[in-house]
Amino acid sequence: MNSEQIIFYIFSFWFIASSLAMIFSRNAAKAVLFLILAFFSAASIWLLLEAEFLAITLILVYVGAVMVLFLFVIKMLNIDKSTLRAKFAGYLPLGLLVAAIIVTEMAMVLGYNQFGLGVMAAPARHGADYSNITVLALQLYTDYIYSFELAAVLLLIAIIAAITLVHRKEVNRKGQSISEQVKVQAKDRVRLVSITPKNKENK
Amino acid sequence: MISLSDYLILSAIIFCIGLVGIFVNRTNIITLLMCVELILVAVNTNFIAFSYFLGNEAGQIFVFFILTVAAAEVAIGLAILTLLFRIRGSISVDVTNSLKG
Repeated sequence: MNSEQIIFYIFSFWFIASSLAMIFSRNAAKAVLFLILAFFSAASIWLLLEAEFLAITLILVYVGAVMVLFLFVIKMLNIDKSTLRAKFAGYLPLGLLVAAIIVTEMAMVLGYNQFGLGVMAAPARHGADYSNITVLALQLYTDYIYSFELAAVLLLIAIIAAITLVHRKEVNRKGQSISEQVKVQAKDRVRLVSITPKNKENK
Repeated sequence: MISLSDYLILSAIIFCIGLVGIFVNRTNIITLLMCVELILVAVNTNFIAFSYFLGNEAGQIFVFFILTVAAAEVAIGLAILTLLFRIRGSISVDVTNSLKG
């Protein structure tokens, strides 16, 4: 076993273990933390596959933004823990059966006879002057430029949709009323009062 | 060396863990969304493994777009979840049975 295999198996173990802990944890906040660990392990495995940009993106965007959004929502909503996981055991045998069948089938299809090193040899590692970001950017900004712009539009639509969904009526909002501001006169805002100074003897 | 089979079987296992999570978590929509994230990461691992072993970077571009779509999905999903909690007072799957088929 060389060091690459040791690294792969360690991170695979943590990936699978934290995923299992995520789906079986009773607390939603703990589930998010286990999912963060799973994403870190996945990013490490992506680094083994020389996808450096996507590995860093997974940590920055997913762990930094999406998982924190999950944590925000979990802390915001007051979830009653006793009602959760009421029917946990009912679907577990069926789910485990389906998952075991799928894993067995996939392992038979994706085994070493089809995708092993003898069939598909691992490519040579790139040198230190190879830049994954340069290669990705060259493709992203030439061949996939329309898809890239569509992705930007998709994110914009997602922002608008998310804001529109959770937007409340203006009960608590402090907004400007433009027509009131334009119609205002000087006598509405300024009141001139004549004050007679009392303590003239100090001067 | 690690073969392509190892990466593919790893992502198949992660995919099935996400699937089991959707099966067993009938009472919490947040965990359902997280299981969908897990499934997407498994699929992305597939894409990256094939991209590395075939020497073709188009797979990584696809992963980039999948990450974009997943972020949009999470934003809208959590917005719907907040709305559901505001209306029903719970995020259990059992309260979202208005559309009885």
